[in-house]
Amino acid sequence: MHSFGYRANALLTFAVTILALMCAMASFSDNFNHPSPSSSVQVLNVNWFQKQPNGNDEVSLTLNISADLQSLFTWNTKQVFVFLAAEYETPKNSLNQISLWDGIIASKEHAKFWTHTSNKYRFIDQGSNLRGKEFNLTLHWHVMPKTGKMFADKLVMSGYRLPKEYR
Amino acid sequence: MGWIGETMDSIKSLQIRQVLTQAISLGMIVTSALIIWKALMCITGSESPVVVVLSGSMEPGFKRGDILFLHMSKDPIRAGEIVVFNVDGREIPIVHRVIKVHERQDTGEVDVLTKGDNNYGDDRLLYAHGQLWLQRHHIMGRAVGFLPYVGWVTIIMTEKPIIKYILIGALGLLVITSKD
Repeated sequence: MHSFGYRANALLTFAVTILALMCAMASFSDNFNHPSPSSSVQVLNVNWFQKQPNGNDEVSLTLNISADLQSLFTWNTKQVFVFLAAEYETPKNSLNQISLWDGIIASKEHAKFWTHTSNKYRFIDQGSNLRGKEFNLTLHWHVMPKTGKMFADKLVMSGYRLPKEYR
Repeated sequence: MGWIGETMDSIKSLQIRQVLTQAISLGMIVTSALIIWKALMCITGSESPVVVVLSGSMEPGFKRGDILFLHMSKDPIRAGEIVVFNVDGREIPIVHRVIKVHERQDTGEVDVLTKGDNNYGDDRLLYAHGQLWLQRHHIMGRAVGFLPYVGWVTIIMTEKPIIKYILIGALGLLVITSKD
């Protein structure tokens, strides 16, 4: 009953249980954080807007994305993955979400940022529906913890419209 | 040498009833582990409720050796979700983020494109030949939570199977030679 094996086993089990409990509590503490992020995006330029040989519309934009995501960070946050998606509806598709840009914010200091960039991923439609199309730009973020549950949310910015003609 | 002699003595002195009791306890332990696994599969709605991250394609968020908790619900797949999917013809599931979604008006079926956070290009290179999109039936679950480092045990046991055999052999020996 008091051999080394039994003691080592009991100690190990206890240590693992305490560790699991601490991870759960750390994750639970994230629920007490009430974030208030803000962001704004301007479409600075429509670089070009063409119909590809396969019939799909493609547009290239230059964007100015600025955001303040500092309130999302807690002590249990490892990083925040943020991306900007264009969201719109077409006759064939009830929802299209195209990620235009993404970035990783590793610390609270970098969470208040702005970036002037063209779209990192190609904005291609399934079909030829983009002329004059009204779309939303939604900033999504994904809080990845050091341990435990991940949180995701978004901020919808509407009122953007693509040109009526190709250029 | 004395230890080996002791082990041989204890094996010889076992009685049938004791052996049977221990075999049943072992069976109970294995069965309850299986019950817990199957229950997890039911609760999370996913075929594999826990996966180990095998590659560095989602760094710095998920490193090799982390484990991910999965959940699958009937909710539609949306951009930004981290999904686990199987490509036809590949047996290892891949854990990447959804970057493009096209959902049909009429059927609600969805075309999805994924990409690893740490990869330069999207996953079309990983899909089957000629496949441009993933559909819902490829996706096994969404990652909802994670624990760091715990998955290294699985990775070590898969990549160096000798350690798996040593562990199982030692466990078996421990069960046989222990008095309870």
